[in-house]
Amino acid sequence: MKTLNKALVIAWKDILSETRTKEIISSVLVFSILVIVIFNFAFSGSQQTMISLAPGILWVTFAFAGVLSLNRAFIQEKDDDCLEGLMMCPVGRETIYLGKMLGSLFFMLFVEAIVLPVFALLFNVNVISLPLIAITVLTTLGFVTIGTLFSALAVNTKAREMVLPILFFPIVAPIIISAVSASGMALGGESWGSISSWLGVIAAFDVIFLVVSYFVFSFVIEE
Amino acid sequence: MKIKILLGVSTVLMLVALYMVFIFAPETESGVVQRIFYFHIPLAWIAFLAFFVVFVASIMYLWKRDIKWDAFASSSAEVGLVFTTLFLLTGSIWAKPEWGVWWTWDSRLTSSLILWLIYIAYFIIRSYISEEGQRARFSSVIGIIGFIDVPIVVITIFLWRTAHPRIEAMDPRVTATLMVSIATFTALYFLLFALRLAMKQDEDKLNRLKAFLRR
Repeated sequence: MKTLNKALVIAWKDILSETRTKEIISSVLVFSILVIVIFNFAFSGSQQTMISLAPGILWVTFAFAGVLSLNRAFIQEKDDDCLEGLMMCPVGRETIYLGKMLGSLFFMLFVEAIVLPVFALLFNVNVISLPLIAITVLTTLGFVTIGTLFSALAVNTKAREMVLPILFFPIVAPIIISAVSASGMALGGESWGSISSWLGVIAAFDVIFLVVSYFVFSFVIEE
Repeated sequence: MKIKILLGVSTVLMLVALYMVFIFAPETESGVVQRIFYFHIPLAWIAFLAFFVVFVASIMYLWKRDIKWDAFASSSAEVGLVFTTLFLLTGSIWAKPEWGVWWTWDSRLTSSLILWLIYIAYFIIRSYISEEGQRARFSSVIGIIGFIDVPIVVITIFLWRTAHPRIEAMDPRVTATLMVSIATFTALYFLLFALRLAMKQDEDKLNRLKAFLRR
Protein backbone atom coordinates (compact mmCIF):
# COMPACT_ATOMS: atom_id res chain seq x y z
CA MET A 1 0.00 0.00 0.00
CA LYS A 2 2.84 2.33 0.92
CA THR A 3 4.49 1.75 -2.46
CA LEU A 4 1.27 2.63 -4.21
CA ASN A 5 0.95 5.87 -2.22
CA LYS A 6 4.50 6.86 -3.14
CA ALA A 7 3.85 5.97 -6.77
CA LEU A 8 0.74 8.12 -6.72
CA VAL A 9 2.85 11.04 -5.50
CA ILE A 10 5.14 10.63 -8.50
CA ALA A 11 2.15 10.37 -10.82
CA TRP A 12 0.66 13.47 -9.21
CA LYS A 13 3.93 15.34 -9.84
CA ASP A 14 3.63 14.48 -13.54
CA ILE A 15 0.00 15.53 -13.68
CA LEU A 16 0.79 18.78 -11.89
CA SER A 17 3.61 19.69 -14.25
CA GLU A 18 1.37 18.74 -17.16
CA THR A 19 -1.32 21.16 -15.99
CA ARG A 20 1.33 23.91 -16.10
CA THR A 21 2.93 23.10 -19.46
CA LYS A 22 0.05 21.27 -21.20
CA GLU A 23 2.74 19.82 -23.41
CA ILE A 24 1.71 16.18 -23.71
CA ILE A 25 -2.06 16.30 -23.64
CA SER A 26 -2.51 19.16 -26.09
CA SER A 27 -0.09 17.87 -28.73
CA VAL A 28 -1.21 14.24 -28.44
CA LEU A 29 -4.83 15.29 -28.67
CA VAL A 30 -4.28 17.36 -31.80
CA PHE A 31 -2.15 14.60 -33.26
CA SER A 32 -4.86 11.98 -32.66
CA ILE A 33 -7.50 14.09 -34.31
CA LEU A 34 -5.20 14.72 -37.27
CA VAL A 35 -4.63 10.99 -37.68
CA ILE A 36 -8.39 10.43 -37.70
CA VAL A 37 -8.85 13.16 -40.29
CA ILE A 38 -6.15 11.63 -42.50
CA PHE A 39 -7.80 8.24 -42.20
CA ASN A 40 -10.98 9.87 -43.40
CA PHE A 41 -9.16 10.87 -46.60
CA ALA A 42 -7.66 7.41 -46.96
CA PHE A 43 -10.89 5.46 -46.54
CA SER A 44 -14.18 6.93 -47.40
CA GLY A 45 -17.11 4.63 -47.87
CA SER A 46 -20.58 3.69 -46.83
CA GLN A 47 -21.67 3.48 -43.23
CA GLN A 48 -21.25 -0.29 -43.32
CA THR A 49 -17.59 -0.12 -44.46
CA MET A 50 -16.90 2.54 -41.85
CA ILE A 51 -18.12 0.24 -39.09
CA SER A 52 -15.80 -2.52 -40.25
CA LEU A 53 -12.85 -0.10 -40.57
CA ALA A 54 -13.48 1.77 -37.33
CA PRO A 55 -11.66 -0.63 -34.95
CA GLY A 56 -8.53 -0.51 -37.07
CA ILE A 57 -8.56 3.27 -37.40
CA LEU A 58 -9.18 3.69 -33.71
CA TRP A 59 -6.34 1.43 -32.60
CA VAL A 60 -3.81 2.72 -35.08
CA THR A 61 -4.62 6.21 -33.81
CA PHE A 62 -4.28 5.22 -30.16
CA ALA A 63 -1.10 3.25 -30.75
CA PHE A 64 0.55 6.22 -32.51
CA ALA A 65 -0.73 8.62 -29.88
CA GLY A 66 0.62 6.28 -27.21
CA VAL A 67 4.11 6.34 -28.68
CA LEU A 68 4.03 10.11 -28.91
CA SER A 69 2.95 10.61 -25.32
CA LEU A 70 5.13 7.86 -23.84
CA ASN A 71 8.18 9.35 -25.51
CA ARG A 72 7.62 12.59 -23.65
CA ALA A 73 7.32 10.79 -20.30
CA PHE A 74 11.07 10.46 -19.90
CA ILE A 75 12.45 13.07 -22.29
CA GLN A 76 11.41 15.86 -19.94
CA GLU A 77 12.91 14.06 -16.99
CA LYS A 78 16.15 13.52 -18.83
CA ASP A 79 16.51 17.00 -20.30
CA ASP A 80 16.11 18.81 -17.01
CA ASP A 81 18.14 16.20 -15.10
CA CYS A 82 15.03 15.39 -13.11
CA LEU A 83 15.65 11.69 -13.44
CA GLU A 84 18.65 11.98 -11.11
CA GLY A 85 16.48 13.78 -8.60
CA LEU A 86 13.81 11.12 -8.90
CA MET A 87 16.37 8.38 -8.41
CA MET A 88 17.70 10.07 -5.28
CA CYS A 89 14.24 9.98 -3.72
CA PRO A 90 13.97 7.46 -0.91
CA VAL A 91 11.80 5.17 -3.01
CA GLY A 92 12.56 1.98 -4.89
CA ARG A 93 13.08 1.99 -8.64
CA GLU A 94 9.92 -0.09 -8.93
CA THR A 95 7.98 2.75 -7.32
CA ILE A 96 9.35 5.20 -9.88
CA TYR A 97 8.16 2.82 -12.59
CA LEU A 98 4.69 2.56 -11.10
CA GLY A 99 4.45 6.32 -10.68
CA LYS A 100 5.53 7.12 -14.23
CA MET A 101 3.26 4.38 -15.54
CA LEU A 102 0.23 5.73 -13.69
CA GLY A 103 0.98 9.25 -14.92
CA SER A 104 1.16 8.10 -18.54
CA LEU A 105 -1.97 6.02 -18.05
CA PHE A 106 -3.82 9.09 -16.88
CA PHE A 107 -2.67 11.18 -19.87
CA MET A 108 -3.60 8.47 -22.35
CA LEU A 109 -7.02 7.89 -20.84
CA PHE A 110 -7.65 11.62 -20.75
CA VAL A 111 -6.84 11.95 -24.45
CA GLU A 112 -8.91 8.89 -25.32
CA ALA A 113 -11.87 10.22 -23.36
CA ILE A 114 -11.89 13.17 -25.75
CA VAL A 115 -10.94 11.33 -28.95
CA LEU A 116 -13.62 8.62 -28.62
CA PRO A 117 -16.58 11.05 -28.74
CA VAL A 118 -14.91 13.03 -31.54
CA PHE A 119 -14.44 9.79 -33.44
CA ALA A 120 -18.08 8.84 -32.87
CA LEU A 121 -19.15 12.25 -34.11
CA LEU A 122 -16.96 12.41 -37.21
CA PHE A 123 -17.53 8.86 -38.40
CA ASN A 124 -21.04 8.41 -37.11
CA VAL A 125 -20.03 5.14 -35.49
CA ASN A 126 -21.23 4.40 -32.01
CA VAL A 127 -17.97 3.79 -30.17
CA ILE A 128 -19.22 4.96 -26.79
CA SER A 129 -20.45 1.78 -25.22
CA LEU A 130 -19.53 -0.15 -22.12
CA PRO A 131 -17.63 -2.95 -23.90
CA LEU A 132 -15.60 -0.46 -25.93
CA ILE A 133 -14.71 1.58 -22.88
CA ALA A 134 -13.58 -1.59 -21.10
CA ILE A 135 -11.48 -2.59 -24.11
CA THR A 136 -9.95 0.89 -24.30
CA VAL A 137 -8.99 1.00 -20.62
CA LEU A 138 -7.47 -2.47 -20.61
CA THR A 139 -5.57 -1.96 -23.86
CA THR A 140 -4.25 1.42 -22.76
CA LEU A 141 -3.02 -0.18 -19.56
CA GLY A 142 -1.13 -2.70 -21.67
CA PHE A 143 0.37 0.08 -23.80
CA VAL A 144 1.65 2.09 -20.86
CA THR A 145 3.01 -0.85 -18.84
CA ILE A 146 5.42 -1.85 -21.59
CA GLY A 147 5.71 1.66 -23.02
CA THR A 148 6.98 3.22 -19.79
CA LEU A 149 9.76 0.65 -19.58
CA PHE A 150 10.82 1.19 -23.21
CA SER A 151 10.49 4.95 -22.93
CA ALA A 152 12.99 4.96 -20.07
CA LEU A 153 15.25 2.76 -22.18
CA ALA A 154 14.88 4.89 -25.30
CA VAL A 155 15.88 8.23 -23.75
CA ASN A 156 19.19 6.72 -22.69
CA THR A 157 20.18 5.77 -26.23
CA LYS A 158 21.65 8.01 -28.89
CA ALA A 159 18.60 7.95 -31.13
CA ARG A 160 16.11 8.70 -28.31
CA GLU A 161 12.60 9.05 -29.73
CA MET A 162 13.44 6.92 -32.77
CA VAL A 163 13.89 3.89 -30.55
CA LEU A 164 10.51 3.67 -28.84
CA PRO A 165 8.33 2.87 -31.89
CA ILE A 166 10.58 0.14 -33.27
CA LEU A 167 10.58 -1.60 -29.90
CA PHE A 168 7.05 -0.80 -28.86
CA PHE A 169 5.06 -1.87 -31.93
CA PRO A 170 6.29 -5.45 -32.33
CA ILE A 171 5.98 -6.12 -28.60
CA VAL A 172 2.45 -4.73 -28.28
CA ALA A 173 1.29 -6.35 -31.54
CA PRO A 174 -0.66 -9.03 -29.62
CA ILE A 175 -2.50 -6.38 -27.61
CA ILE A 176 -3.35 -4.43 -30.75
CA ILE A 177 -4.64 -7.58 -32.45
CA SER A 178 -6.82 -8.42 -29.45
CA ALA A 179 -8.09 -4.87 -29.13
CA VAL A 180 -9.00 -4.65 -32.81
CA SER A 181 -10.78 -8.02 -32.74
CA ALA A 182 -12.67 -7.19 -29.55
CA SER A 183 -13.65 -3.71 -30.79
CA GLY A 184 -14.85 -5.20 -34.07
CA MET A 185 -17.07 -7.59 -32.15
CA ALA A 186 -18.37 -4.83 -29.92
CA LEU A 187 -19.23 -2.62 -32.90
CA GLY A 188 -20.85 -5.58 -34.63
CA GLY A 189 -23.18 -5.81 -31.67
CA GLU A 190 -22.01 -9.16 -30.37
CA SER A 191 -22.78 -10.35 -26.87
CA TRP A 192 -20.59 -9.75 -23.82
CA GLY A 193 -19.74 -13.45 -23.69
CA SER A 194 -17.65 -13.49 -26.86
CA ILE A 195 -16.12 -10.06 -26.21
CA SER A 196 -15.16 -10.93 -22.67
CA SER A 197 -12.93 -13.79 -23.84
CA TRP A 198 -10.82 -11.21 -25.73
CA LEU A 199 -10.97 -8.89 -22.73
CA GLY A 200 -9.56 -11.75 -20.66
CA VAL A 201 -6.72 -12.15 -23.14
CA ILE A 202 -5.89 -8.44 -22.99
CA ALA A 203 -6.07 -8.45 -19.18
CA ALA A 204 -3.70 -11.43 -19.06
CA PHE A 205 -1.18 -9.54 -21.24
CA ASP A 206 -1.50 -6.50 -19.01
CA VAL A 207 -0.64 -8.57 -15.96
CA ILE A 208 2.33 -10.28 -17.65
CA PHE A 209 3.74 -7.03 -19.04
CA LEU A 210 3.18 -5.20 -15.75
CA VAL A 211 4.94 -7.83 -13.66
CA VAL A 212 7.90 -8.23 -16.03
CA SER A 213 8.36 -4.47 -16.55
CA TYR A 214 8.07 -3.86 -12.82
CA PHE A 215 10.97 -6.18 -12.15
CA VAL A 216 13.30 -5.24 -15.01
CA PHE A 217 12.75 -1.48 -14.81
CA SER A 218 15.51 -0.99 -12.22
CA PHE A 219 18.05 -2.28 -14.75
CA VAL A 220 17.05 0.38 -17.25
CA ILE A 221 17.62 3.48 -15.14
CA GLU A 222 20.73 2.40 -13.30
CA GLU A 223 23.54 4.86 -12.38
CA MET B 1 39.46 -27.31 -30.96
CA LYS B 2 35.79 -27.18 -30.05
CA ILE B 3 35.13 -25.37 -33.30
CA LYS B 4 36.95 -28.01 -35.33
CA ILE B 5 34.90 -30.82 -33.78
CA LEU B 6 31.68 -28.90 -34.41
CA LEU B 7 32.75 -28.20 -37.98
CA GLY B 8 33.44 -31.90 -38.57
CA VAL B 9 30.16 -33.00 -37.00
CA SER B 10 28.10 -30.47 -38.94
CA THR B 11 29.78 -31.30 -42.24
CA VAL B 12 29.15 -35.03 -41.86
CA LEU B 13 25.58 -34.47 -40.66
CA MET B 14 24.95 -32.03 -43.49
CA LEU B 15 25.97 -34.61 -46.09
CA VAL B 16 23.82 -37.29 -44.45
CA ALA B 17 20.89 -34.88 -44.22
CA LEU B 18 21.24 -33.90 -47.88
CA TYR B 19 21.20 -37.56 -48.89
CA MET B 20 18.15 -38.25 -46.74
CA VAL B 21 16.25 -35.17 -47.86
CA PHE B 22 16.74 -35.65 -51.59
CA ILE B 23 17.06 -39.40 -52.01
CA PHE B 24 15.91 -41.31 -48.94
CA ALA B 25 12.71 -39.45 -48.08
CA PRO B 26 9.67 -40.37 -50.21
CA GLU B 27 8.14 -37.78 -52.48
CA THR B 28 4.63 -36.64 -51.56
CA GLU B 29 1.89 -35.68 -53.98
CA SER B 30 2.94 -32.01 -53.88
CA GLY B 31 6.20 -32.95 -55.56
CA VAL B 32 9.79 -31.97 -55.03
CA VAL B 33 8.94 -28.62 -53.49
CA GLN B 34 7.70 -30.36 -50.37
CA ARG B 35 11.32 -31.26 -49.56
CA ILE B 36 11.92 -27.69 -48.46
CA PHE B 37 10.00 -28.79 -45.38
CA TYR B 38 13.18 -30.50 -44.13
CA PHE B 39 14.97 -27.14 -44.12
CA HIS B 40 12.04 -24.98 -43.08
CA ILE B 41 11.07 -26.84 -39.89
CA PRO B 42 14.60 -27.24 -38.47
CA LEU B 43 15.36 -23.58 -39.16
CA ALA B 44 12.27 -22.56 -37.23
CA TRP B 45 13.16 -24.87 -34.34
CA ILE B 46 16.70 -23.59 -34.13
CA ALA B 47 15.58 -19.97 -34.29
CA PHE B 48 13.49 -20.60 -31.18
CA LEU B 49 16.39 -22.41 -29.53
CA ALA B 50 18.67 -19.46 -30.32
CA PHE B 51 16.24 -16.96 -28.83
CA PHE B 52 15.84 -19.15 -25.78
CA VAL B 53 19.62 -19.00 -25.33
CA VAL B 54 19.37 -15.19 -25.66
CA PHE B 55 16.70 -15.19 -22.94
CA VAL B 56 18.75 -17.31 -20.53
CA ALA B 57 22.00 -15.43 -21.21
CA SER B 58 20.17 -12.10 -20.70
CA ILE B 59 18.91 -13.20 -17.29
CA MET B 60 22.39 -14.42 -16.43
CA TYR B 61 23.89 -11.09 -17.42
CA LEU B 62 21.51 -9.04 -15.27
CA TRP B 63 22.17 -11.40 -12.40
CA LYS B 64 25.95 -11.88 -12.63
CA ARG B 65 26.95 -8.72 -14.48
CA ASP B 66 29.62 -10.57 -16.41
CA ILE B 67 30.08 -9.17 -19.92
CA LYS B 68 30.66 -12.72 -21.16
CA TRP B 69 26.91 -13.34 -20.90
CA ASP B 70 26.23 -10.38 -23.14
CA ALA B 71 28.56 -11.87 -25.74
CA PHE B 72 26.60 -15.12 -25.42
CA ALA B 73 23.25 -13.37 -25.82
CA SER B 74 24.20 -11.21 -28.75
CA SER B 75 25.99 -14.02 -30.63
CA SER B 76 22.99 -16.27 -30.23
CA ALA B 77 20.64 -13.50 -31.25
CA GLU B 78 22.63 -12.95 -34.44
CA VAL B 79 22.45 -16.62 -35.40
CA GLY B 80 18.78 -16.67 -34.42
CA LEU B 81 18.05 -13.69 -36.62
CA VAL B 82 19.79 -15.29 -39.60
CA PHE B 83 17.83 -18.51 -39.06
CA THR B 84 14.55 -16.63 -38.70
CA THR B 85 15.27 -14.76 -41.93
CA LEU B 86 16.00 -18.08 -43.64
CA PHE B 87 12.88 -19.78 -42.37
CA LEU B 88 10.75 -16.85 -43.46
CA LEU B 89 12.36 -17.08 -46.89
CA THR B 90 12.03 -20.86 -47.19
CA GLY B 91 8.44 -20.55 -45.99
CA SER B 92 7.77 -18.00 -48.67
CA ILE B 93 9.34 -20.18 -51.37
CA TRP B 94 7.24 -23.10 -50.19
CA ALA B 95 4.06 -21.04 -49.98
CA LYS B 96 4.20 -19.91 -53.61
CA PRO B 97 3.60 -23.32 -55.26
CA GLU B 98 1.56 -24.63 -52.33
CA TRP B 99 -0.87 -21.73 -51.76
CA GLY B 100 -0.23 -19.65 -54.90
CA VAL B 101 1.07 -16.60 -53.02
CA TRP B 102 4.41 -15.61 -51.55
CA TRP B 103 2.87 -14.44 -48.34
CA THR B 104 -0.41 -14.78 -46.50
CA TRP B 105 -1.26 -13.30 -43.09
CA ASP B 106 -1.58 -16.74 -41.64
CA SER B 107 -0.97 -17.20 -37.92
CA ARG B 108 2.50 -18.68 -38.06
CA LEU B 109 3.76 -16.34 -40.75
CA THR B 110 2.49 -13.32 -38.87
CA SER B 111 3.96 -14.41 -35.56
CA SER B 112 7.29 -15.26 -37.18
CA LEU B 113 7.40 -11.86 -38.83
CA ILE B 114 6.75 -10.13 -35.50
CA LEU B 115 9.44 -12.28 -33.89
CA TRP B 116 11.84 -11.25 -36.63
CA LEU B 117 11.00 -7.57 -36.11
CA ILE B 118 11.59 -7.83 -32.35
CA TYR B 119 15.12 -9.12 -32.87
CA ILE B 120 15.81 -6.59 -35.62
CA ALA B 121 14.92 -3.95 -33.02
CA TYR B 122 17.30 -5.70 -30.62
CA PHE B 123 20.22 -5.07 -32.96
CA ILE B 124 19.16 -1.56 -33.96
CA ILE B 125 19.12 -0.57 -30.30
CA ARG B 126 22.47 -2.21 -29.65
CA SER B 127 23.95 -0.06 -32.39
CA TYR B 128 22.58 3.09 -30.73
CA ILE B 129 24.41 2.57 -27.45
CA SER B 130 28.16 3.04 -27.28
CA GLU B 131 28.79 2.30 -23.61
CA GLU B 132 29.39 -1.42 -23.14
CA GLY B 133 27.69 -1.97 -19.78
CA GLN B 134 24.63 0.00 -20.77
CA ARG B 135 24.38 -1.81 -24.08
CA ALA B 136 24.52 -5.13 -22.28
CA ARG B 137 21.88 -4.09 -19.76
CA PHE B 138 19.46 -2.70 -22.33
CA SER B 139 19.79 -5.60 -24.71
CA SER B 140 19.28 -8.03 -21.83
CA VAL B 141 16.02 -6.30 -20.99
CA ILE B 142 14.92 -6.55 -24.63
CA GLY B 143 16.13 -10.16 -24.83
CA ILE B 144 13.96 -11.08 -21.85
CA ILE B 145 10.83 -9.16 -22.87
CA GLY B 146 11.19 -10.24 -26.50
CA PHE B 147 11.25 -13.90 -25.58
CA ILE B 148 8.35 -13.59 -23.15
CA ASP B 149 6.43 -11.92 -25.95
CA VAL B 150 6.89 -14.88 -28.31
CA PRO B 151 4.30 -17.23 -26.75
CA ILE B 152 1.94 -14.27 -26.31
CA VAL B 153 2.19 -13.42 -29.99
CA VAL B 154 1.69 -17.05 -30.97
CA ILE B 155 -1.36 -17.53 -28.73
CA THR B 156 -3.06 -14.34 -29.89
CA ILE B 157 -2.53 -14.99 -33.52
CA PHE B 158 -3.78 -18.54 -33.19
CA LEU B 159 -6.95 -17.19 -31.61
CA TRP B 160 -7.10 -14.74 -34.47
CA ARG B 161 -6.68 -17.04 -37.47
CA THR B 162 -4.83 -20.10 -38.68
CA ALA B 163 -4.33 -21.89 -42.00
CA HIS B 164 -1.07 -23.78 -41.60
CA PRO B 165 -0.80 -27.42 -42.61
CA ARG B 166 -1.41 -29.70 -39.67
CA ILE B 167 1.21 -32.37 -39.35
CA GLU B 168 -0.62 -35.65 -39.70
CA ALA B 169 0.64 -39.19 -39.37
CA MET B 170 3.98 -39.19 -41.12
CA ASP B 171 5.85 -41.84 -43.01
CA PRO B 172 8.64 -43.14 -40.71
CA ARG B 173 11.17 -42.18 -43.40
CA VAL B 174 9.88 -38.63 -43.31
CA THR B 175 10.16 -38.55 -39.51
CA ALA B 176 13.71 -39.92 -39.66
CA THR B 177 14.77 -37.37 -42.25
CA LEU B 178 13.22 -34.56 -40.27
CA MET B 179 15.02 -35.68 -37.10
CA VAL B 180 18.36 -35.85 -38.90
CA SER B 181 17.74 -32.39 -40.39
CA ILE B 182 16.98 -30.97 -36.97
CA ALA B 183 20.15 -32.54 -35.56
CA THR B 184 22.14 -31.11 -38.46
CA PHE B 185 20.86 -27.62 -37.99
CA THR B 186 21.39 -27.85 -34.23
CA ALA B 187 25.05 -28.72 -34.86
CA LEU B 188 25.25 -25.87 -37.38
CA TYR B 189 23.76 -23.50 -34.82
CA PHE B 190 26.35 -24.42 -32.22
CA LEU B 191 29.12 -24.09 -34.80
CA LEU B 192 28.02 -20.60 -35.87
CA PHE B 193 27.44 -19.62 -32.27
CA ALA B 194 30.93 -20.76 -31.24
CA LEU B 195 32.51 -18.98 -34.21
CA ARG B 196 30.69 -15.76 -33.44
CA LEU B 197 31.64 -16.01 -29.78
CA ALA B 198 35.30 -16.57 -30.62
CA MET B 199 35.17 -13.55 -32.91
CA LYS B 200 33.68 -11.42 -30.13
CA GLN B 201 36.43 -12.52 -27.76
CA ASP B 202 39.09 -11.58 -30.31
CA GLU B 203 37.40 -8.22 -30.84
CA ASP B 204 37.46 -7.72 -27.11
CA LYS B 205 41.15 -8.56 -26.88
CA LEU B 206 41.91 -6.22 -29.76
CA ASN B 207 40.00 -3.39 -28.13
CA ARG B 208 41.85 -3.90 -24.87
CA LEU B 209 45.18 -3.88 -26.70
CA LYS B 210 44.20 -0.70 -28.52
CA ALA B 211 43.24 0.97 -25.28
CA PHE B 212 46.51 -0.16 -23.73
CA LEU B 213 48.60 1.17 -26.61
CA ARG B 214 46.84 4.49 -26.59
CA ARG B 215 47.78 5.06 -22.97
